[in-house]
Amino acid sequence: MIPAPFEYAAPKTLEEALRLVERHGDEAKILAGGHSLLPLMKLRLAQPRYVIDIGRLRGMSYIREENGHIAIGALTTHAEIESSNLLRAKCPLLAETAAAIGDVQVRNRGTLGGNLAHADPAADYPAALLALDVEIVAASTAGARTIPVNEFFLDMLTTALRPGEILSQVRVTPLAAHTGAAYEKLPQPASGFAIVGVAARLRLGKGGKIEDAGVGVTGLGPKAFRAEAVEKALRGKKASDKIFTDAARYAAQGVEPLADLHASADYRREMASVYTRRALKRAFARAQGKA
Amino acid sequence: MSAEIQVRVNGKSYESQIEPRLLLVHYLRDVLGLTGTHIGCETSLCGACTVLLDGKTVKSCTVLAVQASGSEITTIEGLSAQAPTNGNGLHPVQEAFWEKHGLQCGYCTPGMILASVELLRANPNPSQPEIRHALSGNLCRCTGYQHIVQAVEFAAKKMKSRKR
Ligand SMILES: Cc1cc2nc3c(=O)[nH]c(=O)nc-3n(C[C@H](O)[C@H](O)[C@H](O)COP(=O)(O)OP(=O)(O)OC[C@H]3O[C@@H](n4cnc5c(N)ncnc54)[C@H](O)[C@@H]3O)c2cc1C
Ligand code: FES
Ligand code: FES
Repeated sequence: MIPAPFEYAAPKTLEEALRLVERHGDEAKILAGGHSLLPLMKLRLAQPRYVIDIGRLRGMSYIREENGHIAIGALTTHAEIESSNLLRAKCPLLAETAAAIGDVQVRNRGTLGGNLAHADPAADYPAALLALDVEIVAASTAGARTIPVNEFFLDMLTTALRPGEILSQVRVTPLAAHTGAAYEKLPQPASGFAIVGVAARLRLGKGGKIEDAGVGVTGLGPKAFRAEAVEKALRGKKASDKIFTDAARYAAQGVEPLADLHASADYRREMASVYTRRALKRAFARAQGKA
Repeated sequence: MSAEIQVRVNGKSYESQIEPRLLLVHYLRDVLGLTGTHIGCETSLCGACTVLLDGKTVKSCTVLAVQASGSEITTIEGLSAQAPTNGNGLHPVQEAFWEKHGLQCGYCTPGMILASVELLRANPNPSQPEIRHALSGNLCRCTGYQHIVQAVEFAAKKMKSRKR
């Protein structure tokens, strides 16, 4: 379980890293926390010629308020997100989701940017980020561009990042008033990855009417996605257990579920509904200031 | 292809010329001879290789030694220097594992102890579910975990009464 040999570079600035990534193209892999890449390299499923370690880039690990949104640097670890007071106050869904990842040791090393760029179909953040409708910033030698999260995950292990780009930041809008959000996950017992994970966000209007809903689902299919049919079934309705149960039935609509030794396609489809209902109920309780 | 690294391990400074692909656990065991850090699964799942990297637990089979350059590492060999001992050279968490039978074969123990140390630093008075949650990255094939959880509770009491 030893990686194949490679050449190693540890740039100190983003500009230097971007130049290296551009120069080495396909032959290079970016290394952040290493908790997805190194296991692949040890199995020799990945054998990059160059490893560009961005772990030493100064100033890419932060959680701060900026022009009305919360900006999170790509190198921020899961543990830092889990314990951030700013996120706990303004967007607790993210802290809750980070706490559900793997185990303490994994959360101490793994980074937000690496988790998103890797696009594991069973990763946790994608569900929460889709429910929150965040923006992802990608840097390149040509400058930076912003990608709406709904356009970021393209397929299993495939994202909208282009060759030469480094994911630099995630921008989150703080939760609006009368809004609640929750993440509910059925973990695979050995690794902790999601067999199914559902994040729900609900904004309530007068008389318990659902003014806006965001529902992100991970683990079910080859990529995380926004359950638009569920959201549509909720918008404009008066919140109730019945409406949550009814809407949750659409969680797997239009998705071909994955099947593996941990869970069959049918089981995953059923669990997508169950966990969607649970996430909606908890988001609702929080939107009312309970739980 | 070789790289130079500088690390402090258990309070001692080292400079080494290594291959970039060398894993931290192999660096500690094979280059520095610190075999207290064990290798269990080699696949990031069992926690036997857990060490403290700049005060935080990591699975050293999933960190390159080059990534640790410039850092401070504590392995089980260096733990007792970090807390007042009873004159027996053991950290209170080590003592508690001993007294409460928190180990049988001992294979998982260095990792379990370092993970417990990190927990007790952040939360000096953990509940049983909190202990189980904090140790969920560490597997034990012998004890059934019950005695490990009791050892951590006992360590928490010891550390409080001994006050640093
Ligand atoms: C035992 C174990 C259990 C785990 N359990 C879970 C779990 O329950 N839920 C979960 O979501 N995840 C889980 N993970 C994965 C973990 O969260 C990883 O840390 C994460 O997926 C990858 O982040 P990283 O920083 O380690 O990235 P790396 O492994 O360093 O990189 C991953 C990929 O992303 C690319 N990359 C990294 N950073 C950037 C960037 N800024 N821009 C562009 N490309 C980049 C790399 O080139 C590589 O291809 C687990 C991992 C392990 C080992
Ligand atoms: S040997 Fe590192 S986690 Fe098992
Ligand atoms: S004591 Fe044997 S593996 Fe834990």
